[in-house]
Amino acid sequence: MKNKYSIISLIKNSFSYHENWQKAWGDPEPKKEYDIVIIGGGGHGLATAYYLAKKYNMKNIAVVEKGWIGGGNTGRNTTIIRSNYLWDASAGLYDHALKIWENLSQELNYNVMFSQRGVMNLAHNLQDVRDLKRRTHANRLNGIDAVYLNTEQVKKFCPIINTSPDIRYPVLGGTLQRRAGTARHDAVAWGYARGADEMGVDIIQNCEVKGIKRSGDSVEGVETTKGFIKTKKIGVVAAGHSSVIANMAGLRLPLESKPLQALVSEPVKPIIDTVVMSNAVHAYVSQSDKGELVIGAGTDDYVSYSQKGSHDIVEGTLNAILELYPIFSRMRMLRQWGGIVDICPDASPIISKTPVKGLYFNCGWGTGGFKATPGSGDLFAHTIANDEPHKLNAAFNLNRFVSGDLVDEHGAAAVAH
Amino acid sequence: MFVIHCPYCGKREQSEFKAGGEAHIVRPKQPTELSDDQWAEYLFMRKNIKGVQFERWVHAHGCRKWFNMVRDTSNDEIKAIYKMGEKPPRKL
Repeated sequence: MKNKYSIISLIKNSFSYHENWQKAWGDPEPKKEYDIVIIGGGGHGLATAYYLAKKYNMKNIAVVEKGWIGGGNTGRNTTIIRSNYLWDASAGLYDHALKIWENLSQELNYNVMFSQRGVMNLAHNLQDVRDLKRRTHANRLNGIDAVYLNTEQVKKFCPIINTSPDIRYPVLGGTLQRRAGTARHDAVAWGYARGADEMGVDIIQNCEVKGIKRSGDSVEGVETTKGFIKTKKIGVVAAGHSSVIANMAGLRLPLESKPLQALVSEPVKPIIDTVVMSNAVHAYVSQSDKGELVIGAGTDDYVSYSQKGSHDIVEGTLNAILELYPIFSRMRMLRQWGGIVDICPDASPIISKTPVKGLYFNCGWGTGGFKATPGSGDLFAHTIANDEPHKLNAAFNLNRFVSGDLVDEHGAAAVAH
Repeated sequence: MFVIHCPYCGKREQSEFKAGGEAHIVRPKQPTELSDDQWAEYLFMRKNIKGVQFERWVHAHGCRKWFNMVRDTSNDEIKAIYKMGEKPPRKL
């Protein structure tokens, strides 16, 4: 049983100089056999294990992670959460996640610092205006809060944006989702890890999957650097490395893995209290609680697993940032990094069964998976536990690439797809 | 970022080029006879290899010609470059 985090536990632990906090999760050796093995200890994988244990009462679960938990894309994204997607299927999926986010800190007893500071998407040309207005209407029909703002309203909501008509791509308007915002990304992984560990899930770090053993059309287990683990059900949540795992099982996925970059500036006083995204000029920015500007760039167009992107991508993004926010012209960038994102042809994820019995994939989130973490885990847990998709993720099956029933979200998937 | 040796123009920065995805995917000879599964395989399914991969690239901001590249996607090291229509090198 985990001790509850509270103001009282904080005071109590201050007397022992915060040196005797209970371990948030254990470091077990893998057992010989599990009911379910989740490959990938990022936010989505840990959330999947958490909901499997919590809602479906499955306790014999392992999460195997190549590195350390939350050390992959969970700790590399720009922490944006929103649900203003165009199509009904996506709206259902992402808003399901947003609703869980709204109570997540309480549910996990772990402060994920969810901040509904609003996300604004800018329009820079007539087509942008039409697309964003259409999306606003579609959102409202699906019960998602969305408003369209004209240029003056954009300026009022975020005064530091340059709305002058004589910039290269002037701001013609934008949309605003007020329920959207940000969260502390590491805390999400840690919170789910702590919650899953409490319910008996084994979180096995530094354990790389080397192979998937099949017998005929079903899975038998996973070969790892810590030995063979027998299991009848495998949930793969390996983000950029999904195709690598799929190849081990003799499957092919409609994915391409590409580097996506982000960067943060030196910390400064509060200057931007919302998230502003712009698809047309490939730039988005928010400010972390530490005061750093968090800036997201685009993907490179070539397949790479190198976790570093091209310099010109960053340069293009910063050009756009400076045009929109001249106030940042003397800011210095502190850190820059890349993560490998797995992109689907329709810019929508796959949460699905596969032709191999007992093998499930949750992948293809591309550049925008963080926002969906709780919903993705919940729905993937449902899919694994029942061997059937939930109605909210039924449209996101692998077979849509055969049937042609794609969920084209290139417009709403935002900057980098 | 890396430097690419265009077989027509010589060494140029990668930002002048555009990647065209996996190479040697053969267009079906009889498209009307393909099943949905075969179409999905042709259109969408990719090897997406971590390691040595065969790719098509185009010198978009140069001669605009297409060519093939063999590249290690785990570290972006280019192993070979050869023109369209040529066979990939046996030794890498």
